[in-house]
Amino acid sequence: MDLLRFITAGSVDDGKSTLIGRLLFDSKSILADQLEALERSSRRREDGQVDLALLTDGLRAEREQGITIDVAYRYFSTPRRKFIIADAPGHIQYTRNMITGASHAELVVILVDARHGVVEQTRRHSIIASMLRIPRVVVAINKMDLIGFDEGAYNRIVEDYREVASRLGLTDVTYIPISALRGDNIVDASTSMPWYEGPSLLRHLEEVEVPDPAADARPRFQVQYVIRPQTADLPDYRGYAGRIAGGVYRKGDAVTVLPLNAATRIARIEVAGREVEEAWAPQSVVLHLEDDIDVGRGDAIIPSDHLPEVRQEFDVMLCWLDEKPLRAGNRYLLQQNSRLVRAVVRSLEHRVDVNTLDALPAGESIGLNEVVRARLRTAAPLACDPFERLPANGSAILIDETGNGTVAAVLFQS
Amino acid sequence: MRRNRLDYLDQLESESIYILREVAAQFERPALLFSGGKDSITLVRLAEKAFAPGRIPFPLVHVDTGHNFPEVLEYRDRMARETGAQLIVREVGQTIRQRGLKEPGGKFASRNWLQTFTLLDTIEEFGFDACIGGARRDEEKARAKERIFSVRNDFGEWDPKLQRPELWDIYNGRIHKGENVRVFPISNWTELDVWSYIRKEAIPLPSIYFAHEREVLVHEGQLIAVSPFITIDETDTVVQRSVRYRTVGDMTCTAAVESLASTLDEVVDEIRATRISERGETRIDDRVTEAAMEDRKKGGYF
Repeated sequence: MDLLRFITAGSVDDGKSTLIGRLLFDSKSILADQLEALERSSRRREDGQVDLALLTDGLRAEREQGITIDVAYRYFSTPRRKFIIADAPGHIQYTRNMITGASHAELVVILVDARHGVVEQTRRHSIIASMLRIPRVVVAINKMDLIGFDEGAYNRIVEDYREVASRLGLTDVTYIPISALRGDNIVDASTSMPWYEGPSLLRHLEEVEVPDPAADARPRFQVQYVIRPQTADLPDYRGYAGRIAGGVYRKGDAVTVLPLNAATRIARIEVAGREVEEAWAPQSVVLHLEDDIDVGRGDAIIPSDHLPEVRQEFDVMLCWLDEKPLRAGNRYLLQQNSRLVRAVVRSLEHRVDVNTLDALPAGESIGLNEVVRARLRTAAPLACDPFERLPANGSAILIDETGNGTVAAVLFQS
Repeated sequence: MRRNRLDYLDQLESESIYILREVAAQFERPALLFSGGKDSITLVRLAEKAFAPGRIPFPLVHVDTGHNFPEVLEYRDRMARETGAQLIVREVGQTIRQRGLKEPGGKFASRNWLQTFTLLDTIEEFGFDACIGGARRDEEKARAKERIFSVRNDFGEWDPKLQRPELWDIYNGRIHKGENVRVFPISNWTELDVWSYIRKEAIPLPSIYFAHEREVLVHEGQLIAVSPFITIDETDTVVQRSVRYRTVGDMTCTAAVESLASTLDEVVDEIRATRISERGETRIDDRVTEAAMEDRKKGGYF
């Protein structure tokens, strides 16, 4: 059985919580006592209907305001797959939450209200999906019951979205007409829409192929932690612990330690204390090198025929996540997986309108939830890839050194 | 390259090991909070794998309420010996005496809430800057929104509105003096994942996880172990039943389930078939208010 991580994106009233509630409910992931609690809460509502959306509203403030504030993670499985849903709020003021949820997703379900069609929020969610390179997109056209399950209206929305998708370079898009409230095309095929011949949403989620980081990516590995027991029985053991971010590693591979630029070979690979001949992403492993090289946390060990560029000047996209604005010249800490270096934002090139993708003048400062193309300089070299090629080695965060908060998502550009 | 695809349990294991190694690398004085329950037992196994062949580079800390099952304490001591990890035990009873706290009363007098005091004292005593715990996001609604690295202020309080965005696999563990981070490496595991992993790895568990005969009190449909820590009066029904525990907490606030499952396979089959959630079936303390967990977490609870 494998694992699919996906995110759901939609506006406040698109029925996102209802959809997730429906997926959990119809896949029998809601247990009897949870349902009972749900019925109790629903009774306090005026219309008295069981409100599946209540399943996903975790915090009291959210229940009181009837909105989702933060990313919540939900879990369910079918005999075919285990699913992790990042349930992120849709409103523009919560763009940072959507970015957070999207950074872990292999697929995005974008909800469109059939009565309103493609709206500004649909475009924004799609732009974020394309920016964060979520490889698979499902456009779930919801509330079909409210437009009489009209095929023509559905087709017009699909046409509109195709334009958005082609502009953003989203190539893998699946369209499904649904009614989350009634359960049409969620788990079982809808009897109200015989004109639709595709799979139900759950069937699609079960069957869609998930990209494989080991098969598709260049080999990448960063040292997290050096294991040196220095005990009587293991006096000289020195292993480099980390997780393979991409590709396959084999014993005997000729590798280079970056940014040191020292060449050596992989002497041994261990997984959980057991020696193996090869290992692949996303396994956590321990690598041993043939030569005695000074390797520490944050250094990269990469096969010598696949080396990335090692640089200190970068073109980046920054998604700004902090209340305090970004200004050119500001200094931060930059964390790229386990590597921590100082960085300065040298210049702001242009702001990206997240509703239209238009380039706007950067202005003096960048505020919360804004996206900007900028130039960065780091105090020490980094061995990273363009984000579009390998997100796991092409992303970083900026940290405010005095407040310690995470203030930006960094996407390295080519 | 289908052969390269990791099974979902291997993916979860790899992710948890990655998180544990980040903790060891980013913090000066981390600790693993060990309760003797299956989730923290799973954490210990993951930590062994993360740092093999070395020892687990942080101590196991047990906040002992004094209301634990004796089988669990015995398991705890044996496990510490076998893994070679340092074990630190601090007692809630002592905190109550030292700080003049009020011993909770009532039929099922629970020291569950008082653990927070002992935990915060222990964090201060040893200067722990990161505490690793076995909480899972599928357990409860408030937990579904908590980060894997969850920053707490110097009162241990969680502020859900001030959580740091947690992007990709990049964990920002930077804190100010006095703050600490609670880290939840098995956030993305479900109850069934934990059980499936325990079965796959053949991890030994305390005996109370398997069916055994026990004297229990039937209270509002839940089965509570007869122990010196609860008050039994003449209106109570005490019966002998074959039971097992689905979670392990204090004897006063953990309910047993009726079962004949005596092997891991049988237990996993029962968990797979159950229609009641783990907390709903076994925790007496969670049913008070809908926001019970949110409130306790804000107050420094794990």
